[in-house]
This record gives sequence, C-alpha cells and structure tokens, in this order.
Amino acid sequence: MRHLLLIVLPLLVIFALLPGVYQNHLLLFNFVIFLVLAQGVNIIYGFTGYLPFGYVGFFGAGAYGFAITVMHYHASAPMAVLVAGAVGVALGLFLSPLLRLSGAYFAIANMAAALAVLHFVANPALEDITRGPYGVSLTGTFNPTLAYAAALIVLALTMGIVVFLKNSSFGLALQAVREDPVSASMAGVNVVRMRVIAWLASALVAGLAGGVYAWYVSVFFPDNVFSSDFSIFAIVFALFGGVATITGPIIGVVALYGVYNLIGFTTPQYFQLIYGLLIMVLVLFLPAGLVSLATRRGWRVP
Amino acid sequence: MSLSLTSLLHVTGLVKRFGGFHALDGLSFHAAAGEILGLVGPNGSGKTTSINVISGLYAPDGGNVTLDGVSIGGIASHKLVHLGVNRTFQIPKPFLSLTVRENIAVALAYGRAQVAPPTAEALMDEYRLTEVADRPASELNNAQQKMLDLVRALATRPRLLLLDELAAGLNPTELDWISARIKALAQTGMAIIVVEHLMGFIEQITDRVIVMNAGKEIFEGKLAVAVKVPQVIEVFLGGEHAA
Ligand SMILES: Nc1ncnc2c1ncn2[C@@H]1O[C@H](COP(=O)(O)OP(=O)(O)O)[C@@H](O)[C@H]1O
Ligand SMILES: [Mg+2]
Repeated sequence: MRHLLLIVLPLLVIFALLPGVYQNHLLLFNFVIFLVLAQGVNIIYGFTGYLPFGYVGFFGAGAYGFAITVMHYHASAPMAVLVAGAVGVALGLFLSPLLRLSGAYFAIANMAAALAVLHFVANPALEDITRGPYGVSLTGTFNPTLAYAAALIVLALTMGIVVFLKNSSFGLALQAVREDPVSASMAGVNVVRMRVIAWLASALVAGLAGGVYAWYVSVFFPDNVFSSDFSIFAIVFALFGGVATITGPIIGVVALYGVYNLIGFTTPQYFQLIYGLLIMVLVLFLPAGLVSLATRRGWRVP
Repeated sequence: MSLSLTSLLHVTGLVKRFGGFHALDGLSFHAAAGEILGLVGPNGSGKTTSINVISGLYAPDGGNVTLDGVSIGGIASHKLVHLGVNRTFQIPKPFLSLTVRENIAVALAYGRAQVAPPTAEALMDEYRLTEVADRPASELNNAQQKMLDLVRALATRPRLLLLDELAAGLNPTELDWISARIKALAQTGMAIIVVEHLMGFIEQITDRVIVMNAGKEIFEGKLAVAVKVPQVIEVFLGGEHAA
C-alpha cells in the first residue's frame, strides 16, 4: 500500500501531467512504453531469473493483435488493446515449454522464438491477414491522446503487479524458485506453476504495451514492432537500475533512456561509446544495478 | 514384526538407476512415527539417493514407497511436502539472497502444514537464528545454514523428516545440543531418519539403524549389534569410514 502511494501514484501523476508542459509527446509515450517493458522484464527476470532476450515477441504479437482486431473485426481501440494482451498471454502459453531450459539456452531459444513470430507475421503469404511485410496503417483509430492515457493504465497495471510481487509471499516464493528450485519445492512451492504464472504476467504486460503502441503510432512494419532494440533496451534499463525491486527499473529507464535521448539526438557518434562504456562499468562493478549502491549499505530499497 | 504394522514409512525393493549404475538396488526398510532411525553406510552406498527418492527429487525406477499406507513413489516434491514429508540437504540449500526470515516465510506460506506450525520467531529462537534474522542467508556460516535448512523443513510440520548429514561439521557442544533437539522432535511423534557418519552421534540418538552397502540394506537393528556383524565390519573397514 505504501509502495503504491509513494512510488506508483507519483510516477503516474508525473507522466499524466508532463504532456501539458513538455512538447515531445512521442518521447513521453516511449518513456511510458519502456517503463512497462522494463518492469515486464523485471517480473520475469528479477523474480524468476529467466532472461527474456526475445521479450519483444510479446510486444510485436500484441501490436499485430491490435492491428488485426481493428482491421478485420472493426473493434474499438480499447477492445483491441485487451485482445493484444490476450495475444501476449496466448503466445506466452505456447512458449511456456521454453521454461524447461535454463540460463543462456532459455535466452537464445526465446530470441529465436521472437524471430520466428516476426517471420510468421511478415510472411507475404499472410498478406490478407497481417499485410505481411507491407506493414499496417490504422488511421481509423489514430488518437495519440487516448493511446497515451491507455499506456498510463497499462503502466499502472504493470506497477501494480510488481508491487504485489515485492510485498506478497507469492513474490517471495518466486524469488525462492529463482534462488534454488529444489529447496523451493521442499518449501511446498509448485515450481513449474509459479514460473508459468510469472512468465504469463510478463507476457501480458508486453502484449498490452504492444497494443497501445500500435494504437499510438498507427502505421508500422513488422520490423518496427519486432525490433530487438525493444528487448535489449528493456533488459539493459531493468538491469541498470536493479531488478527484483520496484524502483530499480524506473531509475534505469529514466536515467538511461534520458541519456540516450540527450546524447543520441545531439551527438549520435558519442552515444554508442558512452552507452557501451556505461554498460561495461555496470556489469563489472554493479552487477545488481544502481540500487545495490544502497542495498550494500544495508538500506532496504523498495 | 509388530513395529512395521504401525510404521509410517515403508520402503520396499527400491531401485534407482543412473545410466546403467544401480545407486539403489532393492532397498527395503521402514520407519515408525516417533522413531529415530539411523541410516549408515560407506560413501556412495546410496544414503542420499534414498532420501532424494523418498522426498520426490527422483522418481524410483522400481519398488515402492508408502506413507501411511499410501503409495508416494514418484509424486512431486511439493506435493510430498504437503503430505508431511520433508528433508534437509547434505550441502545446505537456503535461498541465498533472501533473509533468514524470508527463507522461513516461504515455507510457512507454502508448506500447507496440517497442524499449525510454530511461528518464524519461535523457530529462529529455538535454532539460534534470531541474531541473523534479517541477514541474507548467504552471510550465514555453514552451521547456521544447516539450521536454516532444518527450520525450513520444520516450518512445513513434517510427519517424516529426513536429515542428511545434519551433524557433520558441528562441534561437540553443538552436537549435544542438536541431539537433544532431534530427540525432542521425535517425542512429538515425528518419524526421523538420520544419515550420519559420526557413530557416537548415531549411538546417542537412534533407536535402530539400517546399514547400507551398494544400494541395499545389509543390516537392520541396534547399532551395538551392528558393529559385531562381520559383513558390516567388512563394509566399513573396506570403505573410508571405520566405525
Ligand atoms: N544425480 C546422480 N547422477 C549420477 N550418479 C549419481 C547421482 N546421485 C548419486 N549418484 C551416484 O549414486 C551413488 C550413491 O550416491 P549417494 O546416494 O550420494 O551416496 P551416499 O549419500 O551414501 O554417500 C554414488 O556412486 C553416486 O556417485
Ligand atoms: Mg550422501
């Protein structure tokens, strides 16, 4: 409850008010999307230890779930966002056997799965359904203001899930599974079920984010919404701030995506360098993220 | 035997293979509620494997395990925990990044103990973990990690408790203390199986021992009798651990 009031509510209020004072609406929207994706990575990686290198698969599938629902069923945009979430969950269920793999094998298989979904969607043979490689144009639902509001709702839901994980014995049990699945089962925890639930929750928020993204941009190609940049950025932001916390991924997105946009726009040639160095320093000296600066001193970081 | 009629655990002809190797090769024994049963034998004789099979980590390749007359062979560990089976690990396996209190909280929340389990505070107090309650388990010493492993098991209120070399590495004072604790647990009606190499410790706390060699039992009875049986002596003198 305290976490909702002190972290989630201020975050939502800030991002609800920012469009009134800052002109670059798309940039703010992207911040919200990355907050959702970084927290989605937090749910699956921070609480269970599975590194989802193909996380964008859910996002892209959600975007196309939105597009297909709007194009072929003429559904309203909010309805189509819910379908996008359902598509994310369905893909998560379909891919749940991947959870039998561990470590790098899972990461690679997940990345391959995301590529497979991309090529499935972009297949010219499916042009009648997905428009194949030619991309979709959804001018009928175009409404950035409403789409931004929907993104905030998805962010609220995502933050709600993370706050729940951080404060419940369910979240504790997930972390126990991450630390030692054998001991977790000897504590009475159904290891397989816990992993699948966390996996589906992270698939759900990425699917919803994809749907909202499709609503906002309205014109996109398969390569846009299945770009591996989404997976990598979300993972780096989450790791930079520190996973298995509520605040870590927020700090990561605000700091790194902020730096990315500051340096990236003015001096793109330095951006890669600084970003690369930053990640190296992080991995070498702060493997548990920025928040570990505080936890090392014995402070509890929410 | 009248004891076997009231037994909680029955293991009959248990087989566990790893590739072509028979780690358990027709092991049979039983354990009654309130009894402390010693499981001894040279390294590699299959003691840990038998605990792993009884606690659901491995499915048996043959034979039967029954708890209270119900067959439990091959049932998933978390379900066995809910049925009242728990164990400690030869090398303790706490949740390293979680605090001691959080480690216990997981077992209290998910153990589905049939009788209300003791509180985390009571368990930490009884097993000398109160001072480190809010420290991550990774900061505990080996003896403390073993106690945490035991407390994690006790938080689920087992009817059958399997202790895999819990006493190894404890000093003599700690040994006396933990023997008293194990005896007190048995007095509450828990069936306890103790795997241990320290014969003095086994002598002190067990009612009965099973001597294992090459995946099956070669003796069942009092330790005092076991040490006079030629086959047992040969197994122990031939192995690394003399009795
Ligand atoms: N997971 C496993 N894979 C292959 N062999 C194993 C495995 N677990 C145990 N073994 C083998 O089974 C035999 C019995 O081991 P174990 O039960 O650990 O013996 P003990 O606990 O009596 O020292 C040993 O030869 C050991 O190498
Ligand atoms: Mg052993």
